[in-house]
Amino acid sequence: MAVIQEQRGQQASSNGLLSYLYRPEVRQVVWQVLLLIGLIALFWMVISNTRANLAKQNIASGLGFWDRTAGFDISQTLIEYTNTSSYGRVFWVGLWNTVLVSVIGIFFATILGFVMGIARLSSNWLIARLATVYVEIVRNIPLLLQLFIWYFAVLKSLPGPRDSHSLGFGTFLNVRGLYMPSPIPEAGFGVVLATLAFGIISAIATYMWARRRQMLTGQRFPVLWTSLGLIVLLPLLAYLALGRPLSFDYPAMKGFNFEGGLVIQPEFIALLVGLVFYTGGFIAEIVRAGIAGVPKGQKEAARAIGLSSGQMLRLVVVPQAMRIIIPPLTSQFLNLTKNSSLAVAIAYPDLVSVFAGTVLNQTGQAVEVILITMAVYLTLSLLTSAFMNWFNARMKLVER
Amino acid sequence: MASIDMQAPAPLMRPPRATTGPIAWLRDNLFSTWGNTLLTVIGLFIFYKLVMGIVGWAYIDAAFTGADGKACSGEKTGACWPFIYAKLGQFIYGRYPDAERYRVNWTFGLALAGLVPLLTPAIGAKKWFAFYTFFIFPVLAYWLLTGGAFGMPIVKTELWGGFLVTLVVAAVGIVGSFPIGVMLALGRRSRMPIVRWISIGFIEFVRGVPLITILFMSSVMLPLFLPDGVTFDKLLRALIGVMFFQGAYMAETIRGGLQAIPRGQFEAADAMGLSYPQKMGLIVLPQALKLVIPGIVNSIVGLSKDTSLVLIIGLFDLLGIVQLNLTDTKWFAPSTAMTGYVFAGAVFWLFCFSMSRYSAYIERRLARGEHK
Repeated sequence: MAVIQEQRGQQASSNGLLSYLYRPEVRQVVWQVLLLIGLIALFWMVISNTRANLAKQNIASGLGFWDRTAGFDISQTLIEYTNTSSYGRVFWVGLWNTVLVSVIGIFFATILGFVMGIARLSSNWLIARLATVYVEIVRNIPLLLQLFIWYFAVLKSLPGPRDSHSLGFGTFLNVRGLYMPSPIPEAGFGVVLATLAFGIISAIATYMWARRRQMLTGQRFPVLWTSLGLIVLLPLLAYLALGRPLSFDYPAMKGFNFEGGLVIQPEFIALLVGLVFYTGGFIAEIVRAGIAGVPKGQKEAARAIGLSSGQMLRLVVVPQAMRIIIPPLTSQFLNLTKNSSLAVAIAYPDLVSVFAGTVLNQTGQAVEVILITMAVYLTLSLLTSAFMNWFNARMKLVER
Repeated sequence: MASIDMQAPAPLMRPPRATTGPIAWLRDNLFSTWGNTLLTVIGLFIFYKLVMGIVGWAYIDAAFTGADGKACSGEKTGACWPFIYAKLGQFIYGRYPDAERYRVNWTFGLALAGLVPLLTPAIGAKKWFAFYTFFIFPVLAYWLLTGGAFGMPIVKTELWGGFLVTLVVAAVGIVGSFPIGVMLALGRRSRMPIVRWISIGFIEFVRGVPLITILFMSSVMLPLFLPDGVTFDKLLRALIGVMFFQGAYMAETIRGGLQAIPRGQFEAADAMGLSYPQKMGLIVLPQALKLVIPGIVNSIVGLSKDTSLVLIIGLFDLLGIVQLNLTDTKWFAPSTAMTGYVFAGAVFWLFCFSMSRYSAYIERRLARGEHK
């Protein structure tokens, strides 16, 4: 306001100030300056209050806690971790656990969502109804409640190790988790992996070559079968030729518990199953809307030029449906990642649970810990929206 | 044509297959091809398993009477319904004192008195009901629930719980997020760069992080931000977090509506010499909000589900109070947990499903209005 009053002095006419203030550009500047001053004052107040409060409670600030010893154990760690590791290490353990459950969850939720979305459009009345029931149930019940059901009501009521459910292939399910045989690579297994990598690369090369040839000559090449042969058959042959260089360590009952093999924690299973079923319902709706969004004329035109049902789906419907499906699908992936933070309620050691939970309680440094946690999720979501913008720009209909 | 008369009559053809009636419907929808028949058989099997599972659990193997967990152990492997009867009061009111529960009932009644006429299209005078619901009712509800006047004893929010807290969080979240959402949406479309960037920053920040971190922030960090001596109670802190979280989502929904308003509407308002508040309040927002009613209801459904997250910061909403009662050793039985969750799930489901149906109904109604 001081600025304006100064300007008033410079203006000679008595009506000057009022008309000056009514000019839109002046008013915009005034409002924004006021807003900025208000915000700065608010921030300044918050910061000074926080500093005073922290000083009074004797809580340190800054990132000094990052290298201090954590002193607690974590039930599932993907990277090396002991209770003598630092708080910084806890952060990475939590982050990797979040990434693990999100990536596997996204994979299965996408499959479930596509199956259910297509089932909802099925011409089979019963299948369509069943899929609708699934979608309407999971979408209208809080995810947290679903996690509780999977964890407390289903997995925690499983029998103890002695009466485990046997699922075949040396796999057992009991109250302590899922016990699976763990693969042990032997000499020569590297060659099998190398063959697999070679198979994948040559399949991609074949696809690109076949596409170019079709563009140039119109001749089609059976890419699917060739790729399957390259990716599945070739490594399988190598595996058999080298005398099966892979053995399994089977879990076995010793005393009161299973030993050996690979153990998947019940917390992980509950979180994964809950996230997959919940997000699958939302993805199913997106897929249904995407396929239903392809104009009927497109399908009729495909029929009219004599494409088979499979060709119609693959060449006409799916490419157009994907254009509608992918943007909301990406945001569902992001939602799944954010929802994995509910792990804290069933004690799966994800980022929020071990870092924003245990580390925060032990150090008391709420501000730093929560801001770091938020920054992680924010980075993920900004990367996702950057991808979405790129994708939308790329997929935009090019009108001639 | 004459040659036809010479020929022997053509053999009788079978009548065409029926295209209407139940048999035809079955053939078209369930048994049109071999693959379809196979799917139908699989579907019937799943349906049978589901129905038998539900009936067996909820009725045949369920316990209906009993005073403690013993009634639900042994042969009764299904639902433990007496647990629900015994705890129903807690599930609805939490630890709200028994003698004061009539106040909660009054609040529910007063809410319905405003909402039912507001949501029924056939009833007119919407302006008055809206005024009551959004301005008079919140005051009445606050006064009834917290007490302290007219001889009503004060009930601290620590005692609130169950469905009451779920509804309070949802209602305050919805009503409080609305003005925040409108302001942020207008800010994001403003021509003033600082206003725009602050709005964008706030919206993208809130939408980029999980609600649980916002709740942690409001429950752990907010007390640090305040000057010495000023404290908020736990419920209020959670409400503030939920309000801002929902506000950011509401802003994006409303922005969708604002973008759909033709430029001419803004220009016409300017040409008539309306000020910015007049232009937005009288011309643009009424049209924009009408367009996004379905979107707003969807985000309300989302919020109603998200209210259950407050249990993580130590409040006892419906799910929280169910979870708390499961630790009651008197009712310790194998099926208590599932029964409690199914009850809470059914309540949430009824709530959310009916809201989304209502939204679809309004959407159809509005669409019909457009085509007239």
